[in-house]
Amino acid sequence: MEKFQFGVEPVTCHAWNKDRTEIAVSLNSNEVKIYKKNGTKYECIHTLSEHTQRVTSIDWAPNSNKIVSCGTDRNAYVWTLNGNNTWKPSLVILRINRAATFVKWSPLENKFAVGSGARLVSVCYFEQENDWWVSKHIKKPIRSTVTCLDWHSNNILLATGSTDFKARVFSAYIKEIEDKPTATPWGKKMTFGILMAEFGQSSDGGWIHSVCFNKSGDLLAWVGHDSCVNIVNAVNEMKVTKLKTNFLPFLTVMWTGPQSLVTAGHDCELLLFRVDNSTNISFIKKLGEANKQTESKMSAMDMFRGMDKKASTAKDTTKSSVHQNSITCMSIHTGDKENTTKLTTSGNDGLMVTWNYKSLEAAAGDMKI
Amino acid sequence: MAATLRPYLDAVRATLSAAMCIENFSSQNVERHNKPEVETKSSKELLLKPVVISRTEKEKVLIESSINSIRISIAVKQADEIEKILCHKFMRFMMLRADNFFILRRKPVEGYDISFLVTNFHTEQMYKHKLVDFIIQFMEDIDKEISEMKLSVNARARIVAEEFLKKF
Repeated sequence: MEKFQFGVEPVTCHAWNKDRTEIAVSLNSNEVKIYKKNGTKYECIHTLSEHTQRVTSIDWAPNSNKIVSCGTDRNAYVWTLNGNNTWKPSLVILRINRAATFVKWSPLENKFAVGSGARLVSVCYFEQENDWWVSKHIKKPIRSTVTCLDWHSNNILLATGSTDFKARVFSAYIKEIEDKPTATPWGKKMTFGILMAEFGQSSDGGWIHSVCFNKSGDLLAWVGHDSCVNIVNAVNEMKVTKLKTNFLPFLTVMWTGPQSLVTAGHDCELLLFRVDNSTNISFIKKLGEANKQTESKMSAMDMFRGMDKKASTAKDTTKSSVHQNSITCMSIHTGDKENTTKLTTSGNDGLMVTWNYKSLEAAAGDMKI
Repeated sequence: MAATLRPYLDAVRATLSAAMCIENFSSQNVERHNKPEVETKSSKELLLKPVVISRTEKEKVLIESSINSIRISIAVKQADEIEKILCHKFMRFMMLRADNFFILRRKPVEGYDISFLVTNFHTEQMYKHKLVDFIIQFMEDIDKEISEMKLSVNARARIVAEEFLKKF
């Protein structure tokens, strides 16, 4: 486990480059900072300041080496590294009038999707003749802010989660730049913006915080504010399974193996879940709990000093978890959704942790890989 | 501590820690704004069901939550006129200085004596579990404080009355 503290400000989001030597982060400000790994430390080598308000999401395309960032100023920029080692922004015509909340490159990196508070998703692609990124909107039937997105591995389907309690799968097929897609278990007809599937009722459940397709794209997992882990199996007649947990709500979910899911969120801890062949979900354990020392005996002087300074006699105010505040972003450091070996999390406490997932999972015992 | 106070505070603590799961959320109704949704109440899907925890008819806590903010309103026990006056003066004193208390709201919600407004900016700056501790501590101390003040007011009144009646 490697820890790095960026400062006291929350880390809104992070994104790694392809060989994991550089990381782009936004520290709750209007700037995107790129840190280069140097031993165990990270050094800020670039500051990308084009946004005028808080940056909400960053994604780094591994192969084309382009960064896309979006912010509450309703804009998104695609950054390219040019010859003299500077990042050059190009504006994306998003055509939205509310904050952009989430951005993600498609697997082939020829387009990306931006979720927004304007209750729509902009799917953006590069238009050669005008030399800019243009967008197409998916509007219906989204009723509230889009909070998360994930691409299916076929580069066509797009999963969204929003604060209207629903997780949806759309087709983001753009006929101008792509060949006609082949049928998937999610459906055959894939014109742009068509709703392939919709999950969650408005009567129960909560705001969706994160969605994630598995490697093959047949299973979709999502987590919401109701502290449930949900999985739908497209192959098995869209069967939805749900596990209610007694943890605080999860903010992010990730497939780390064919049968394992990792979630993190307001509990500040990584939680490992197992999914069996009939998509039943079971909780395995918390990963990487820091063992907190048992409270040593307190001297009278410590007690009075504590009462004077902090109005409390407790010696230690930290939590037993590694992160001290909500984990807001999780990404795969090494490996892929089928076989993850390292994970990176960042949170509101300004901390970024790279977890040695393989050994943590092995320590969890009864996991079969 | 009275036997019923502990479960009451425990219930408040559990509810508060669950309610304090908030995140930064830009307004979806007003362009380029970020407002506490629990105050503006502009989209009903962003609000959670409010919870009232009450110990007695007069002593209760209202916890309203939304995606980026929560509002905690406390009604303090007021058995008689003196307690009522003391409570009113004390709360007024604090709310006039709300800026120094960070999470204190300038006006209480109707039907309650004092309100706190916690937004995502507070939970980003401060430990969430410590914020919960603070509110619980506040609720514990406020009763104590008011009954102490009541005793000293009574004691003073007695001395004043004695001095006055010596004349006759």
